[in-house]
Amino acid sequence: MTAHTKIPAAAKSVDLSRRGFLAVAGGAGLGLMVGLKVDPAAAQGAAGGVVQFNPFVKVAPDGAITVVVKHLDMGQGPTTGLATLIAEEMDADWSQMRTEFAPADGNLYANLAFKAQGTGGSTAMANSWEQYRTAGATARAVLVKAAADKWQVAQGEIVVDKGVLTHPSGKRGTYGEFAEAASKIPAPTGMAQETPYKDVAKFKLIGKEGLHRIDNDPKTDGTAIYTQDVKLPGMLVAAVAHSPRFGGKVKSFDDAEAKKVKGVERVVQIPSGVAVLAKSTWAAFKGRDALKVEWDFSAAESRGSDELLAMAKDAVSKPGVATATNTGDAEGALKGAAKVIEADYAFPYLAHAPMEPLNCVVDLKKDRAHLIYAAQFQAIDQPTVAALTGLKPEQVTIETVWAGGSFGRRAVPSADYVTEAVMIAKAIDGAAPVKLVWTREDDTKAGYYRPFYAHKVRAAIGADGMPIAWHHRVAGQSIFSGTALEAMAVKDGVDETSVEGASNLAYAVPNLKVELTTLKVGVPVLWWRSVGHTHTAHVVETMIDELAYAAGKDPVEYRLALLKDKPRHTAALKLAAEKSGWTAGAKLEKGKGRGVSVHESFNTMVAQVVDVSIQKDGSIKVDRVVAAVDCGVVINPDVVRAQIEGGVGFGLGAALRNAITLKEGEVEQANFDTYEPLRIEDMPKVEVHMVKSEQKPSGVGEPGVPPLAPALANAIFSATGERVRDLPLGDRKFKSA
Amino acid sequence: MPAGRWVRQTRSNMIKLNINGEARSVDVDADTPLLWVLRDEIGLTGTKFGCGQALCGACTVHMDGQAVRSCQTMAGDVGDAKIVTIEGLVGADASKEGKAVQAAWRALDVVQCGYCQSGQMMSAAALLTENKKPTDDDIDAAMSGNVCRCATYHRVRAAIHDAAKRLEA
Repeated sequence: MTAHTKIPAAAKSVDLSRRGFLAVAGGAGLGLMVGLKVDPAAAQGAAGGVVQFNPFVKVAPDGAITVVVKHLDMGQGPTTGLATLIAEEMDADWSQMRTEFAPADGNLYANLAFKAQGTGGSTAMANSWEQYRTAGATARAVLVKAAADKWQVAQGEIVVDKGVLTHPSGKRGTYGEFAEAASKIPAPTGMAQETPYKDVAKFKLIGKEGLHRIDNDPKTDGTAIYTQDVKLPGMLVAAVAHSPRFGGKVKSFDDAEAKKVKGVERVVQIPSGVAVLAKSTWAAFKGRDALKVEWDFSAAESRGSDELLAMAKDAVSKPGVATATNTGDAEGALKGAAKVIEADYAFPYLAHAPMEPLNCVVDLKKDRAHLIYAAQFQAIDQPTVAALTGLKPEQVTIETVWAGGSFGRRAVPSADYVTEAVMIAKAIDGAAPVKLVWTREDDTKAGYYRPFYAHKVRAAIGADGMPIAWHHRVAGQSIFSGTALEAMAVKDGVDETSVEGASNLAYAVPNLKVELTTLKVGVPVLWWRSVGHTHTAHVVETMIDELAYAAGKDPVEYRLALLKDKPRHTAALKLAAEKSGWTAGAKLEKGKGRGVSVHESFNTMVAQVVDVSIQKDGSIKVDRVVAAVDCGVVINPDVVRAQIEGGVGFGLGAALRNAITLKEGEVEQANFDTYEPLRIEDMPKVEVHMVKSEQKPSGVGEPGVPPLAPALANAIFSATGERVRDLPLGDRKFKSA
Repeated sequence: MPAGRWVRQTRSNMIKLNINGEARSVDVDADTPLLWVLRDEIGLTGTKFGCGQALCGACTVHMDGQAVRSCQTMAGDVGDAKIVTIEGLVGADASKEGKAVQAAWRALDVVQCGYCQSGQMMSAAALLTENKKPTDDDIDAAMSGNVCRCATYHRVRAAIHDAAKRLEA
């Protein structure tokens, strides 16, 4: 989801002060207390006496500091990042930090970028930057005050380093020793506001090398718990037969063979298909495969990919239904232009394909529902479950666990897979806890996808070679139309996620028009790591490259000339060019190519230089990618590196060979043989460089993806003279120029 | 497939397995994938389900030291073979390769979502048992069957070189 999308919620924005927290969490009786005693049994990994100082910080008597993480960690590292912010402000030792995922509670744990609880749009660190530092700084302040009171010294004389409090008199103690006393300190009004954050120059952890991921241990010894690993007493595992076409309904089914499978307990019809419940996962899968289901396709989407693409191509050959941007007079300027370049582009549906197929655990009782899964969008899921069950939202509790990847797939406006799990639990009247498990085939075939798109651009350059007009048409499905979020996200017929990255073209082009035609197709679509930028960046960055070549200019110099009022783009582009050894006019050896791109997404600028070799069989090998990123203040440089490396790999797999295609409405791909992710032998060397910045941090989960495909396409052009305007490359073969 | 063993075990309906050095007995059909025996019957959930078709490697375990995909290894075919899972690879009885791989993985912060990493580490340890000093090409060949959607490949390669160095020392 995009950072600028505001999602309304019942939740008010979080009051950062402890007083606000206590008013929410504790009621009047606790109003005078600074800390809130937490039920020791509920506190993870600590003995009794754990004190919670605010929604985000708990301290145990043994000194362990537990950070309550309000964001889903799907690999992008907010657990490490948020713990770093608290540890920094508390002057804690990294080894004393623990984490736990926050419950569903929009009052306490809203994403401040959405004003609703959820993770996406590369906002996890950006929206938490002040909130978590405040939480750490205020917890530190009362703990130091408790020590000062006990030691009868001035607070200002106490030094905290690596979690140890010391006083020049020789007194020494730990946070754990003072947690109990600190919990009884009356909270002076406005204390949170009076407690300053640490000065940037004094950071010991933020921005420093060598701070290892906090999830390294459980993820390298098999103990990290994902949804797939959850087992509740009496739990049944459910597998669902879905309609092979989107929008199909169950006409009838025969479960005689399914019920013969050892371990199968129940077979139930639900709105999304037929569910088999069994004592084990394998039995559920076998039972599901033994079902005979007849489908009613009368309301189903039954078109094929060729037909859909033809519709999109036709749409961009005509004026768009809506206009996203109109500056100057692009069409007029094109008419009189000496040199016009026109190009068409096509992008397929893409599946998220996280390593952990979708799943969700539901324990439904008369007066409550408890869900355990990798919750990414609690603000949608919790009220959806309440509506489905007739419970009140507060009777729906959500326990978040590690996600085996997501790339956007676990945050769904329709709450599709959560709904499916709840409908199964309802169908058996909550007789047993249910774990819904999708197979890889389900995950590939049952949607949601990055929408397919067609683009057409006509651009003109003047006598000096610089662009004078850019007329851009986009056609494809809208991610937000038809969802509960449509009203906020779609303005004047323009879903911003269809055009973002093109409608706000970074390059100085005096006449710019961007049109959109939104197509209605019955295939469910969703944000996919970097959303609209996944296709707009490709079009913009390959077209600007075409213009540079048409003007006879170096692609880096050409871009820089058009980015004079974009200092952050400029800095990232210059850094990538410098570190990659980019030399204007340099002649590469035959069969080698080098391409560049720079793109802003989620307030982060990323430039990439891609080196390719054309193989003997005409296929492409990517040898190296040099990336430069400006994401504001770097919280953990190695996590930034990891996210850009991962973004490069994610973008490359899709560019090389990924596409979801339909034949008469049925998805043609099923598993990793037909939708094959990038493999290790495809992975280039990746170097990541960071622009020094004092700006507020912005995201890194998504922005590494968009520049990859266009830089790759531009590199292929430099080696072969052939443009790549349709993705994926697939079996396309190239010849060295 | 050793037919005698299959018949014997199907009849008794109890399959005996050696998992991480412990004798286990499970009541499953012989054609149940080892993956689901480990996860659902024995409760060793470090071995992951990713594709069910031996296409992703998330379910990799060692069978007599060889990396195998447990989703395509049937319980009835295991026989006397020694099975080692991620829990055994890095647990109290960890092999030197297992310890080196885990140390390298942590030192280089390889993991992101982490879901595929048990399988990656099992394949890496099996490679290092056979090849003390793998090249990048050796690594790519041995690890090609282990998919990582977070694309941590760059670090997987570096960590295997690092583990090899640790084993040399």
